[in-house]
Amino acid sequence: MTDNVIEVRGLLKLYGVTRAVDAIDLDIRRGEIFGLLGPNGAGKTTTILMLLGLTEVSAGTVDVLGFDPVRQPLEVKRRVGYLPDAVGFYDHLTARENLRYTARLLAIPRRDAEKRISDAMESVQLADVLDKRVSTFSRGMRQRLGIAEIVMKKAEIAILDEPTSGLDPHATFELLEMIRGLKKVGVAVLISSHLLDRVQSVCDRVALFNHGKIALMGTVVELANKVLGAGHPILVEASGIDIAAALRGVEGVQTVVAEGEGGWRVVADRDVRASVAQRIVSSGGSLTRLADLQPSLEEVYTRYFQEQRHAA
Amino acid sequence: MLRKPAQREGSPFTGLSPVFMKEFADHLSSARMMVLMLFVLAFGAFPVASSLQQLRTVTEQDAFLFLRIFTSAPDSLPISFVFALNFIIPIMAIGLGFDAVNSEFNRRTLSRVLSQPIYRDALLLGKFLGGLATLAVALTALWLIVFGAGLLLLGLPPRGVEVARAACFLVTAIAYGGVWLAISLLFSVIFRSTATSALCSLGLWLFFFLLWPMIASAITLGVAPSQIRSAEEYLAIEQVGLVLARFSPGTLFSEAVVGLLNPETRTFASMLPAQMRGVIQGAPLPLNQSLILIWPQMTGLIAGMIVVFAAAYVIFQREEVRA
Repeated sequence: MTDNVIEVRGLLKLYGVTRAVDAIDLDIRRGEIFGLLGPNGAGKTTTILMLLGLTEVSAGTVDVLGFDPVRQPLEVKRRVGYLPDAVGFYDHLTARENLRYTARLLAIPRRDAEKRISDAMESVQLADVLDKRVSTFSRGMRQRLGIAEIVMKKAEIAILDEPTSGLDPHATFELLEMIRGLKKVGVAVLISSHLLDRVQSVCDRVALFNHGKIALMGTVVELANKVLGAGHPILVEASGIDIAAALRGVEGVQTVVAEGEGGWRVVADRDVRASVAQRIVSSGGSLTRLADLQPSLEEVYTRYFQEQRHAA
Repeated sequence: MLRKPAQREGSPFTGLSPVFMKEFADHLSSARMMVLMLFVLAFGAFPVASSLQQLRTVTEQDAFLFLRIFTSAPDSLPISFVFALNFIIPIMAIGLGFDAVNSEFNRRTLSRVLSQPIYRDALLLGKFLGGLATLAVALTALWLIVFGAGLLLLGLPPRGVEVARAACFLVTAIAYGGVWLAISLLFSVIFRSTATSALCSLGLWLFFFLLWPMIASAITLGVAPSQIRSAEEYLAIEQVGLVLARFSPGTLFSEAVVGLLNPETRTFASMLPAQMRGVIQGAPLPLNQSLILIWPQMTGLIAGMIVVFAAAYVIFQREEVRA
């Protein structure tokens, strides 16, 4: 794959003897949304700071758009937009003044800057509060202002650290829409998060961090196959008969596990919903629910860390 | 195979002017600046007003009458304007600098600003220069006010050499402010809490202002022999005391100011009778000779400013950005 915007090889970060980031390899392709997932302290933010040249690299190489963040941080930072965890703005300034300061730091010509600022604010639906002080902004509005900054910067890569943490569901939804909007204009987006179901809905690929290492990487479906095993999980809710016994007889069913009140999780090697329904009904049970279970990232995550704990 | 720190590319001053402009504008429009100016006016106006009162009654010939506005301590209030500045300037400088860097941390703006194409160098230097420019504006304004008041109330225009000496005094005052600004900037880099940083800066100021003169004289007494036998011995001991006292920026400032505003000043130590030979008592030195006299003090102030700033710079470079 030649169209990588970020290439990381053997990236290492030592804090004393602790390996905060332990020799990771990572490729981010142009125009994709990539999720960095993992528990707090797994090395996600450290990795991001190294990509931006904001913290020193202990070993390994990083290539961002053909530049080395260690030697050419200015070139990298000119092209990469960064939205830090719980981003802050100057409260005593208005949104416009905050963005104007960034525009000056980016050396955007003045006339050009005003246009870009209002366009960017338009795109995150904050045009009406352009001249309000940031101190009056809600958390969601601050995050959107952060996105506006990236839009104004015309960044080729957007790095968002925990963009949805602390947001209400509606604000989260809006923010994720804006992230999709970034992707539409060809920006590669790197999201770090521990809010899995939110991230799952936007990410093309994810990497699961654990103790500074990338434990798993790929699309959500690939990860699910790897961790949960290849198989077709369905959820059955029925009563009236011995469901487990009845279902084990269905051809293709591999496991039947009780899940909750009157619910069963069935894993088969193919889609067995039709024959499961038939079996339950024909043996006199009453079927109340039959659902195809999409592999969820949350499940992958939980299962993976459970296995890790067992292994340890 | 740890990698060596590589040579970085691009000018460290990229983005310096936006940072400087922002800091300068922020300071000038801040409420804090208003409070500091009120403070300065209150403390500066009183000595100036009372020394003007007294100077209006002076009838004897004085070639440097105008400069006396700055230095004379009236009987009613034994504080001259210069003495007032000696302790106001540090407070102003500390007020401008104590939260320069750590407030960016606490507002979580630091990582966002540093993710723009600038080095940390530009951020720190821009903040320092912004504070220094603010200080310069405030002090120049104060200086002009005093000058104007002198013109109005004394009804006597200053001579060219007096203006030149007063201008040099202004530059010294700004340099003195720069030292304290650098010190408060250093504490704002070291401590994440703005309160701790303010407390440390003010503590250091109190130390130098109140405690250090006493400590210096105690040490001098300690090293002095029980009996002083010759004038040379006395001078040597006096020298020890002076060197110790000059560790305090306030001492450097007041010596430089005395040299500039009292043109009769020939030395800051005692003079031996042999050195006094041929001296016309009370005769003023030309300005260039006064400048030579205070040159070490000036260099000391500027060097102190640079050294403290460099320390802040080194610590800031090593600091982790993440909150």
